[in-house]
Amino acid sequence: MLDLSGKNALVTGIANDKSIAWGIAQQLHAAGANIGVTYLPDETGKMERKVRDLTASLNPSLFVPCNVQNDEQVQETFKTVGEKWGKLDILIHCLAFANRDDLKGDFSATSRSGFALAMDVSAYSLITMAGAAKPLFTDGGSIITLTYLGGVKVIPNYNVMGIAKAALEMNVRYLAHEMGPNGVRVNAISAGPIRTLASSAVGGILDMLHHVEDSAPLRRSVSQKEVGNTAAFLASDLSSGMTGQVLYVDAGYEIMGMTDTRVKG
Amino acid sequence: MTDEQIFDKVKSIVVDQLSVEADKVVPSANFQNDLGADSLDTVELVMALEEEFDVEIPDEAAETITTIQAAVDFIKAKSA
Repeated sequence: MLDLSGKNALVTGIANDKSIAWGIAQQLHAAGANIGVTYLPDETGKMERKVRDLTASLNPSLFVPCNVQNDEQVQETFKTVGEKWGKLDILIHCLAFANRDDLKGDFSATSRSGFALAMDVSAYSLITMAGAAKPLFTDGGSIITLTYLGGVKVIPNYNVMGIAKAALEMNVRYLAHEMGPNGVRVNAISAGPIRTLASSAVGGILDMLHHVEDSAPLRRSVSQKEVGNTAAFLASDLSSGMTGQVLYVDAGYEIMGMTDTRVKG
Repeated sequence: MTDEQIFDKVKSIVVDQLSVEADKVVPSANFQNDLGADSLDTVELVMALEEEFDVEIPDEAAETITTIQAAVDFIKAKSA
């Protein structure tokens, strides 16, 4: 049923083996997709080496640097996709960044530059990537981004990233509207908290995880693989009637209005 | 687990994560100054140690773990 063979999937946002993007890349590969990987280049080349080693088992047919704050690099990335693959079917957007200081304490202390940075990397990047990828979706396509409940409800310490995720989720709807006529679907996965390089910057992440394990209907947190499985579904024809949606992969936590951790005493 | 067993495991994680030579990973070695760990490395190390020893290392504790010995001591105290 779930068959992605013959599909070209570009995966952004892999930093290490804890990355949600890594969970997604593995599941897309397992479903038969041809994988391309972008990495965040640094001066030492360390990130490139690490991501290259990690992803080698997926035999990526494309491996390109892409810093989304660099317009030229974004254009270059999709130029390479066009040259090497001819067409793109699946774009995975797993990118977010905010200053550590903006992910704890008083939200009203968020600096102008910190706000701009979080919005640029975490929300604008989807717009610019979708735009650059648009001409390559010649046979329809699926764009998937990663969001979090903190963009809809208040999660202590998530702060400026919540505002960026709110913008990101609205980006999904506007992009879905624009690209629908071309058969390109745009959806988001709202994953429950997972311990990653990125989430470790959020103040109190361990407490957030425990809270979810205690109070979500499934009484646990979710894994990278589970998010990857939902991404594979959204990338495939099994979800062909869906676009502009935010799917919660969070052990059910989102439905709770009040948790019973205290009620039980 | 004995101190030595903890040390050996920590050592192998550090060698793996930081791509440093094993003989540099001595108890007094400082992660940043002696082993060249940057801020991302530090986060990854913390997560690798948490996974290996099934302990939690909160940010405040992580900031005080600057040497191999400090890591061994922390893990020993937590898993005791």
